[in-house]
Amino acid sequence: MITEKINLQLVKDEFNQTLSRIKRRVVICAGTGCVANGALDVYQALVELLSARGLDIAVELKAEIQATVYVSKSGCQGFCQAGPLVTIEPEGFLFCKVRTGDISDIVEQAIIGGRPVERLLYQHPMSGQTYSKQDEIPFYKLQNRYVIGDCGVLNPEDISEYVARGGYESARRAFQAMTAEAVCEEILASGLRGRGGGGFSTGKKWKLTLAQPSGKKYVICNGDEGDPGAFMDRSLMEGNPHRVIEGMMIAARAIGADEGYIYVRAEYPLAVERIRKAVEDAERAGLLGDNVFESGLSFRISVMEGAGAFVCGEETAMIASIEGHRGMPRPKPPFPAQSGLWGKPTVINNVETLATVPLIISQGSSAYRTMGTEGSPGTKTFALTGHVANTGLIEVPFGTTLREIIFEIGGGVTDRFGNLDADGFKAVQIGGPSGGCLTAAALDMPLDFESVKGIGAMIGSGGLVVMNQDTCIIQIARFFMQFTQNESCGKCVPCREGTKQMLAMLDDIIEGRADEGTLSLLEDLAEAVQLGSLCGLGKTASNPVISTLRYFREEYLAHVQQKRCPTGQCRALAQPEILAAMCKGCGACVKKCPVGAITGEKRQPHVLSAGVCVKCGSCVQVCKFNAIVGV
Amino acid sequence: MADKNTILLNGKPVAIETEKNLLEVIRKANIELPTFCYHSELSVYGACRLCIVEIEGMGIVTSCSIKAAPGMVVQTHTERLRKMRRIYLELLLANHHQTCTTCVKSSMCKLQSLAAQMGVTQVRFQSKTGHQSIDSSNPSLVRDPNKCILCGDCVRACEELQGIGAIDFAHRGAATTVVPAFGKELKQVDCVYCGLCANVCPTGAITPKSEIDAVWSALGNPEKVVAAQIAPAVRVALGEMFDLQAGQVTTGKIVAALKMLGFNKVYDTSFAADLTVLEETSEFLARKTQGKNLPQFTSCCPAWVKFAEQYLPDLLGHLSSCRSPQQMFGSLAKRTLPEQLKIRPKDLFVVSIMPCTAKKFEAHRPEFQTESVPDVDAVLTTQELGQMIQQAGIRFKDLTPESMDMPMGFKTGAGVIFGASGGVTEAVLRYAAEKLTHVKNETAEFTEVRGLEGVREQTLCLGEVTLKIAIVHGLRNAGGLAEAIAKGEKHYDFIEVMACPGGCISGAGQPVTFDRQTRALRAEGLYNTDKTLELHTAQDNPYLQKCYRETLGEIGGKTAHAWLHTKYRNRKRYEDTGFTVSDNGSPQKLQVCVCVGTSCYVRGAQKLLEQMLGHVKKTGLDEIAEVRTTFCFEQCDRGPTVRIGNTVIHKCTFEQARQELQKQTAMVKTQA
Repeated sequence: MITEKINLQLVKDEFNQTLSRIKRRVVICAGTGCVANGALDVYQALVELLSARGLDIAVELKAEIQATVYVSKSGCQGFCQAGPLVTIEPEGFLFCKVRTGDISDIVEQAIIGGRPVERLLYQHPMSGQTYSKQDEIPFYKLQNRYVIGDCGVLNPEDISEYVARGGYESARRAFQAMTAEAVCEEILASGLRGRGGGGFSTGKKWKLTLAQPSGKKYVICNGDEGDPGAFMDRSLMEGNPHRVIEGMMIAARAIGADEGYIYVRAEYPLAVERIRKAVEDAERAGLLGDNVFESGLSFRISVMEGAGAFVCGEETAMIASIEGHRGMPRPKPPFPAQSGLWGKPTVINNVETLATVPLIISQGSSAYRTMGTEGSPGTKTFALTGHVANTGLIEVPFGTTLREIIFEIGGGVTDRFGNLDADGFKAVQIGGPSGGCLTAAALDMPLDFESVKGIGAMIGSGGLVVMNQDTCIIQIARFFMQFTQNESCGKCVPCREGTKQMLAMLDDIIEGRADEGTLSLLEDLAEAVQLGSLCGLGKTASNPVISTLRYFREEYLAHVQQKRCPTGQCRALAQPEILAAMCKGCGACVKKCPVGAITGEKRQPHVLSAGVCVKCGSCVQVCKFNAIVGV
Repeated sequence: MADKNTILLNGKPVAIETEKNLLEVIRKANIELPTFCYHSELSVYGACRLCIVEIEGMGIVTSCSIKAAPGMVVQTHTERLRKMRRIYLELLLANHHQTCTTCVKSSMCKLQSLAAQMGVTQVRFQSKTGHQSIDSSNPSLVRDPNKCILCGDCVRACEELQGIGAIDFAHRGAATTVVPAFGKELKQVDCVYCGLCANVCPTGAITPKSEIDAVWSALGNPEKVVAAQIAPAVRVALGEMFDLQAGQVTTGKIVAALKMLGFNKVYDTSFAADLTVLEETSEFLARKTQGKNLPQFTSCCPAWVKFAEQYLPDLLGHLSSCRSPQQMFGSLAKRTLPEQLKIRPKDLFVVSIMPCTAKKFEAHRPEFQTESVPDVDAVLTTQELGQMIQQAGIRFKDLTPESMDMPMGFKTGAGVIFGASGGVTEAVLRYAAEKLTHVKNETAEFTEVRGLEGVREQTLCLGEVTLKIAIVHGLRNAGGLAEAIAKGEKHYDFIEVMACPGGCISGAGQPVTFDRQTRALRAEGLYNTDKTLELHTAQDNPYLQKCYRETLGEIGGKTAHAWLHTKYRNRKRYEDTGFTVSDNGSPQKLQVCVCVGTSCYVRGAQKLLEQMLGHVKKTGLDEIAEVRTTFCFEQCDRGPTVRIGNTVIHKCTFEQARQELQKQTAMVKTQA
């Protein structure tokens, strides 16, 4: 391929010059959540209306354009709950839940008139206050969107914009002005730890790989994010792919690799497309290929799509998968740093880790250390979801408490109807299926790798699922166990057979077949799986069970001793009953019952036959007098 | 702290020597840590998790996957470890069809014995439900997935030692199974029936297919005269099933037992091995003189023969055309015994006792049948013979040895050492040496060709002739060597190939053993037998000389060829018509392209291809049409795909293809 070496400064100047001619910029969030809610229709309608109004618009920034309005799509802005999101610059107006019907008001009032469209502004559910600007909204205000911030602003498909915002400067420094050792030292000094779950020191990993005497080394970017509900890496790959590539270049420089792989799960088609385009653009610009930044060094990147196996996020399984084998982990040592892809020293870093690297190189390790805690510097992104008012993608410095995340950024816990409930908090599952369930006692603990591990959970890749009082904790443990059991690769005995048996035992508990013996066997098994499994997936598979048994033992005991589910969620344990005092004998339930379990004279209290009842709950739904309880 | 280069094992220092991993160090110290998935010849897999140990500062790790390091403080059976091992065994048992009392592997099953050793007295977990179908479609092996514990030993043995990969893991998590590709049966894939999978299987998930019933029924049929032939490797292994030491030679006891079971005649496959030596050596010397078809590969091992037919069709001309000793015996027996024993040919029932599962497949080959009657009617493995002896209640250990029936019970040492890797080569050399040096040396030994390494090379000078020889076991090794030869990197005159590690002595039909010493002891037993026999060179076998004089005529002569030699077939899936992916084939002929990509293949493209080839040939259309294979039209969900001229037919049937061809050839003819 013929490439022309890019001149970063020139691109930057040109872009800024073009941008300076733009009077107003409209950014439409094209993250997955917003797209699912119709962001692309909004974009289309907006472009059409602006053109129809005779405005000079651009949808792509080119040096020669003379437009006054620039409409661009961005990556995920994080506030998925309020999407589709539309931002108007330079005022910084943020419009929420925008539909195509809102476009004409946005054009007339905001783009032409420079005034916010009141009804599209964010309104705080508790205070009722509206906010016209994004950075004033509590959801954003309390975050430090250090790594993901740019995702919501720049056009991910435009390499020039990335460069204009200082992109590839860090890579240039690393290749031109730093030795491999110096890059490793800088990252080591920053205290950056792997964001994929393990939290291993990135600098140490790089130094270890640099020290390996091998002519050939590899960098792998782990984009096989798979925790249920987690989409941190996806947002970065979709919203700021060049940052990930730049991080890989720096890693390659640090360890002496000339080849890299980005392993993206195939279920992220947009991320695959964006990453591929970004790699092509970087190649075309001469950033990837031979003689990177005139250093005499080469670096090339291939993009590889995963085939849907969660376990391929485990580094040795990922290596096997790239090599064309079945994605199964192998015992470590040897570690990939010693013998990785094709037997060569290999560094595998998570997307978020790599996306952090250019920032550390440009701002310095000491600046980085001003964020976060001593042992866990920097920020961490979380996918906040569950029974919380503001779900979405957030980023906070380590040391932030769960209370701040859930009640301030998240806006509080919601009940089953979606209304805020001040006393609704029951638990939070942190770290996805490998993590653990924490209680209110953990709410004020500053979050970092050690503190979370210390109480039986893990930061993991950053899933945060908030649960309200109506949640049955055993069903939560079951949910994650089901996931792990499905995703176990099937290689080692404890994980393959153990997760299956733990799942069966949780089912027994939920369905009333268990006794206290089940609990002690479950505990023994959970420990045997945790201690003896081959890879991280198995070693952490028991965490949801172990942590819930630790913090919610009473709830387990209620299930096995009294055969009662305190939250009423376990249908098999339901003990339905018609309260005679409340029943008016209207007969609605009699008609609805599919098995004829309810009998009674008109206008006389009805009776429910527990032996016949299948506990489907349809009678409860039709009873206007709340006379049926226990289902 | 322990000394330099020692570990502290349960408080006792143990030296680290050349062991590959900690497990080997621990076993050296007389602690037999349990394992399912560890085999010293296979890659480390680390899945069964039974060899876990506690190492100070590292916690719980599997000892198979870690190297012993000086100063390591290791515990092997703490309470926690014992508890964990027990849970793992319980988990495996819960997922295992526990029909132990009726399982063929009962009492030889590692799962059974480890469960007993580890004190598993109950399984507290939910037992597996459902039943997966059993694959017994081929003559050699039975696969029962219900008993599989997914240790992966078979998968790795097939891939790493044989280079085939006939079976592999499919699906994930609890649904994981070991199956041939696309869930097919073994007979539909590239399995060569060597049985190495069965050999390493700790449970009854893959076992040799039994022919015991057929043999019992022949023995019970008064009209049948049942003759047995005993392969060399059987005599040094059968005793293991009756508490005798591995390698102990029990030929006489075996004869006695067979007679007690009702066999009318008992002969020795080693007699046929002597015969093989004469035929194969003379074939080799002729090739050497003419410089043609060298190197000559041996053809005794049926798994190797099938392997070559599948993957090395270009080398088939290099295989010795000699039938294996089993089939030479069968052929000679069926052609000469009826007259000798004065019986009707159809009443003769030949049973061979073999250390091998591929021999069962070999006996079924159509080449070795005369008018649909096989030369060898049934093949029993060493294990099966042991089971028959057990079923008859015979106290094998206490039997008084008896001698074999003549003439085919007489053998020389040359025919006995066939059972060990290098044995065939040595036997051939003992004859070739006499032919080339013109000096008779009745006790000549060629110990340099013996050994246990997978690939051994020797250059020998016999008279004025220099012979470059290779001895290989393991089909991956054989394939590698063949590749090097094809590339011109290596040159040999003679190559012995055996599929099983160490040769037939460790065949899959031999008594089950997980003891690493067994192989060497069995080999030793064979070489000791050679020493104690009267004669050591095949050419000196007087009964064989008589046989040539009276029946066969010349060595390598016409009769010998018809009775003792064979032909091989190309089993490559695709005919060598080559692949084309473009339209730039020969422009003159109408192109009939059948996609043989994986998806089309599973949808029956191969059959379609064969039908089209046959059709074109039969109808004489091959003048104007050319059938070609192509690779993937990328319409995988609509296969099989066929393109005739410019017409592409999806989900093509033979009838559709035939009609389209007819239409287009008619047009071509009109234009012409």
